[in-house]
Amino acid sequence: MKVQSIEDLKKIKEESASSLKLREEGFQVSGEETCGLEKGTEHIQVLTCGGTGCKASESAAIAGNMIACLKEFGVVDKVDVITTGCFGFCEKGPIVKILPDNTFYTKVKPEDAAEIIKEHVIGGRRVERLLYVDPETNASVSDSKHMNFYRKQVRIALRNCGLIDPENIREYIARDGYSALADCLLGKTPAEVIDIVKRSGLRGRGGAGFPTGNKWEFASKSVSDIKYVVCNADEGDPGAFMDRSIMEGDPNSILEAMAICGYAIGAKYGLIYVRAEYPLAIHRLQTALTQARELGLLGDNILGTGFSFDITIRYGAGAFVCGEETALIHSMEGKRGEPTLKPPFPAVEGYRKYPTNVNNVETWANIPVIFQKGPEWFASIGTEKSKGTKVFALAGKINNVGLIEVPMGTTLREVIYEIGGGIKDGKQFKAVQTGGPSGGCLTEKHLDIPIDYESLTAAGSMMGSGGMIVMDEDNCMVQVARFYLGFIVEESCGKCSPCRIGNKRMLEILDRIVAGKGTVEDLDTLENLAKVIKDTALCGLGQTSPNPVLSTLANFRDEYMEHVVEKKCRAKQCTSMLDYVIDPDKCIGCHLCAKNCPVGAITGELKGKHVIDPAKCIKCGTCMGNCRLKAITLK
Amino acid sequence: MENNKISCEALAKVKAICSAHNNDAGELINILHETQNTLGYLPHEVQSLVAECLGVPATRVNGVVSFYAFFTEKPKGKHPISVCLGTACYVRGSEKVLDEVKKVLGIEVGETTPDGRFSLDCLRCVGACGLAPVMTIDGKVYGNVDPKNVKKILESDEYKD
Amino acid sequence: MEQNKINLTIDNIPVSVEKGTTILDAAKACGIEIPTLCHLNLKGTCVNNRPASCRMCVVEVAGRRNLAPACATTVMEGMEVRTSSMRVINARKTILELILSNHPHDCLTCGKSGNCELQDLARKLNVKEVPYDGGEVSCYAVDKTVSIVRDMNKCILCRRCETMCNEYQSVGAIGSMNRGFDTTVAPAFGKNLADTDCTYCGQCVAVCPVGALTEVDNTSRLLKDLADPEKIVVVQTAPAVRAALGEEFGYPAGTSVTGKMVAALRQLGFKYVFDTDFAADLTIMEEGSELLGRLGAYLEGDKSVKLPILTSCCPAWVNFFEHQFPDMLNYPSTARSPQQMFGSIAKTYWAEKIGAPREKIVVVSIMPCLAKKFECERDEFKTNGNPDVDYSLSTRELASLIKEANIDFKALQDADFDAPLGESTGAAVIFGATGGVMEAALRTAYELYTGKTLAKVDFTAVRGFEGVREASVNLNGTTVKVAVAYGLANARRLMEDIKAGRSEYHAIEVMACPGGCIGGGGQPLHHGDFDIVKARSKALYGEDAAKPVRKSHENPYIQKLYEEYLGKPLSEKAHALLHTHYFAK
Repeated sequence: MKVQSIEDLKKIKEESASSLKLREEGFQVSGEETCGLEKGTEHIQVLTCGGTGCKASESAAIAGNMIACLKEFGVVDKVDVITTGCFGFCEKGPIVKILPDNTFYTKVKPEDAAEIIKEHVIGGRRVERLLYVDPETNASVSDSKHMNFYRKQVRIALRNCGLIDPENIREYIARDGYSALADCLLGKTPAEVIDIVKRSGLRGRGGAGFPTGNKWEFASKSVSDIKYVVCNADEGDPGAFMDRSIMEGDPNSILEAMAICGYAIGAKYGLIYVRAEYPLAIHRLQTALTQARELGLLGDNILGTGFSFDITIRYGAGAFVCGEETALIHSMEGKRGEPTLKPPFPAVEGYRKYPTNVNNVETWANIPVIFQKGPEWFASIGTEKSKGTKVFALAGKINNVGLIEVPMGTTLREVIYEIGGGIKDGKQFKAVQTGGPSGGCLTEKHLDIPIDYESLTAAGSMMGSGGMIVMDEDNCMVQVARFYLGFIVEESCGKCSPCRIGNKRMLEILDRIVAGKGTVEDLDTLENLAKVIKDTALCGLGQTSPNPVLSTLANFRDEYMEHVVEKKCRAKQCTSMLDYVIDPDKCIGCHLCAKNCPVGAITGELKGKHVIDPAKCIKCGTCMGNCRLKAITLK
Repeated sequence: MENNKISCEALAKVKAICSAHNNDAGELINILHETQNTLGYLPHEVQSLVAECLGVPATRVNGVVSFYAFFTEKPKGKHPISVCLGTACYVRGSEKVLDEVKKVLGIEVGETTPDGRFSLDCLRCVGACGLAPVMTIDGKVYGNVDPKNVKKILESDEYKD
Repeated sequence: MEQNKINLTIDNIPVSVEKGTTILDAAKACGIEIPTLCHLNLKGTCVNNRPASCRMCVVEVAGRRNLAPACATTVMEGMEVRTSSMRVINARKTILELILSNHPHDCLTCGKSGNCELQDLARKLNVKEVPYDGGEVSCYAVDKTVSIVRDMNKCILCRRCETMCNEYQSVGAIGSMNRGFDTTVAPAFGKNLADTDCTYCGQCVAVCPVGALTEVDNTSRLLKDLADPEKIVVVQTAPAVRAALGEEFGYPAGTSVTGKMVAALRQLGFKYVFDTDFAADLTIMEEGSELLGRLGAYLEGDKSVKLPILTSCCPAWVNFFEHQFPDMLNYPSTARSPQQMFGSIAKTYWAEKIGAPREKIVVVSIMPCLAKKFECERDEFKTNGNPDVDYSLSTRELASLIKEANIDFKALQDADFDAPLGESTGAAVIFGATGGVMEAALRTAYELYTGKTLAKVDFTAVRGFEGVREASVNLNGTTVKVAVAYGLANARRLMEDIKAGRSEYHAIEVMACPGGCIGGGGQPLHHGDFDIVKARSKALYGEDAAKPVRKSHENPYIQKLYEEYLGKPLSEKAHALLHTHYFAK
């Protein structure tokens, strides 16, 4: 069937509404009540997370076991098992959610499936051992709404993730999906559409924060019969997975938004440039594309309006620099992903020389809601210059690793300590890194700054695409800078000399410093190189590449000084600066360490105390691995 | 590796892939993806053939293949291993995991064991940051990997042949 | 006109320039030379390499967050540019130090020493030491062909060579490989250049700012031969050499130094100083006759005749069509290039005349070209393993040899070529410029075909610097359409038209290098200033105009050669000595 009118769309929405009803807030059973078939609940839904993280922990087997169990009890028709996108709380995954009582089970294993079905779904009794335990109160919390992790979040871009079946377009439509497209095509001029995006204040979520409406306007003003709309899904920031989760959890929102943009700027073709390393996201996008075409929501003459738009998928091939839009365009053209100078901007001369508008996944995901709820609603969220919300992949030394979405203006402290649940294992917070390889490391003193484009940049970091990595006392900040620089050196396209050679030289200096061979002059050289690279590199990647070094130099200069002057690493990560020492009180003289030492640096009689000669020791750590009494430590 | 003669059948497949993309050089990256999916790697002979089909110099194809980390000119081991070096995994110690894998297998990143069983690569984020540090073998994700367990994982029956 | 002007200040100097001008050119207009390295704009040709990647030309623009590359940033109204603030100077110097940190420091023995843009910059920017000791440096094996030497350890990745090889020549023998610090410009699959489709045009060498791409140096070999009393060493000089050699000795571009060049060659010890121009006249006789033959047969209805006929003087072009159009080898003229015709005649006709065996004669050519070195080595131009032309030196090599031999070039008295192989016409000397071969052929073909004398020998329609030019000539009522192209990408388009049956031409001249041989890969380096190449063309057309004889068929020594030895054009002997065949590669 093809959707040919707004009525057709409404019909699909109504048909699918009942299935979604259980998952909407108003219909949930609140408080301590549980549901269960034996308690008289007529219809139960079980949501299992089908995001990459939970899938890695066998969430597919959980769903399979549940269905088998339901069959065994003959209640398949009363219970739906639905695979959704990411719930966000990856730390506690795999997640299983029971509706309508909204019970949130954590760290579920395939072997727990039968118990959940028997006890809860049928019997109406919660499986207490699988509930989330609040680390502060030690009490079980069954409803995710009451968890600190979710309480402060506002989910706009992630509105459908963990809620709908991403492989069923009808569930998306039931959540008002494609109504924004219909509304634009049937009731708004392209100029009005652009005006709404401009008024919403939405800025690019890929990192730089360029106003989306203005970008669309530039592309709309370029005169050309052929134009392109591109979704930048080349999420290359190591340790960030926002875009992937959106593609996996709500692919149709991207397609709808791209079609709206196509209408606004006069483009008939869309392209999604997605990393080949994201097989699940690709699969979900392809499924969504097929379904949208089947319903006539993509293709020729959409909703009978004469507007045609279709989307194809292009695959990245493992180059971080392709997140830069000119490099991305060259890559889509089958070339090396090397950036070129702007101007010409893609809005004037982009894919195959035609005007092209490129936005990132999360930016696209915000578009349909802006039309559903109005630009004023969107602009009411966030800060003066940064509207709406931002999705972050919260990771590192933090209790609640996961995918979160918070209003702009939320402080780093709220994110780390409330949503993130503080530092893992009670360790001391040291730094938070935002913006990935282009961003910087912020410290304790920055924790109360509000998260928005300007504040993060002013603090020496940047919003970036949404990676947020928390570090504790065990992380050496010189090593952290070296890690990011190593990434940049590996990912630099090699085109411009400051990035190609400058970053390499900076990395060599950092290598020297962590090896205990650095000098104070090295720090000056680093600083000068960093400033020159920032000032002269050709593309955005190069211009921001020194940020991790500059921010750590600014915020952790004492740690650098310790490395170059005292040759000490307080985090004990730079092994070359440490000595392996045998604690005489613990050593029982088993001789195992001496036997395994590859350079004969350990001496001692059997059953006598053993000693490591630091002059001979090559710091390989073999002795430490072999000592059963943990008598060997790093000092 | 260049001694491995590519079968005529494989070359015919490559030609078919190119013509399915209208022999359009703009489709080069998609063509290379499909070719690598089919053959497992992109030997020189195959790259030359792609260049011929698309009517571009071999330098264009080889320049693209050598630019993108995803493309490989060498066949992978039977069980490809990837250790995640994304930031989340890095701060939770994935470098040590990588070192251990190297030590156990006696190969460096980008290499294959002499028996062809394992090949080792790094990747940047599989998206299972909750499970950091992470490594994958045959696409199967191993979470919270302790360097001490690496040997056991690699010696498990799954990867015996 | 005035509204298209943009007003800005550069280092506080007010400037008014055309809209669309780059900061680099605007600065030049007010006397400020901003240093560049990767930038290469051969104005008037299609070559414009502006990757904006070396970042040497960065300048400060008021209100801009970072520094702007002057080579690729266009001016804007009210712009305030600083080209020498502390910030700019520090950035520029730091970048240069970085580039030098991955560049060998063997300037003293580098082939490019004294002519190296990187060396010039290091001096200009006052770099006295290179920090970053012990850093990794690129390490590549030196790749040597018979024409070109690639030493990628010296490459600074300006990618000019890549632009020339791919965009200008459409050959793609080399291209960017790998990524990041490991990026290099190389043949595919780590091959040697000799195993690629390289045409040896030498344009990569002509534009390389450093010593990464140089020619094979034959000067030592020549000195050794000259010192050998057993050998009769003769030299031939290509037309384009005389128009450019003077630049190496401080003459302005476009100065013809034919007489001094001959004197210098004699002083170097050549027993006979001959002229390739003689062989150019011979080429016209053979190629012109071939054209008329094919044309006549075609007009008589023979559809098997291949038209257009393509010139075959340019060895890079020959290499190109052998590799790229192996199924169209019956289109080009079978006439050998002037260099090879000369060698062949020198080691037969002339050898007999002086009564010397060919093995004793060493024929050396001075060429504006690097592909000529390869051409000498072709097996089909050897008799019992003895090559018709033993080896070739570029204009640059000749200049350095003259300097090495302590010859005060400017003080030399003009001298004349030796007879008989040194006598030539005005038609021959214009071979060195694009369109020259066609013009020379038309002069002869017209007169031979119509039997009439040309009122005006100048065919100006085929002159100039457009990449492709065309002209029509009326031969007794038959309109002959000809085209002239330089640059192999242009040639490729013409070939594809022929292949598709779209070509209307009867004859096409192709030269690989910009502006023809005057812009050849062996010429003194123009360092991106194409006006130098244009000036050389004026020198050649000036020589032509001054010659008493300006049509090849009127060269008395050519006439004598046919009378005494060859019979007539396209005779069996002429075929054996002056024609060749092509190989599908």
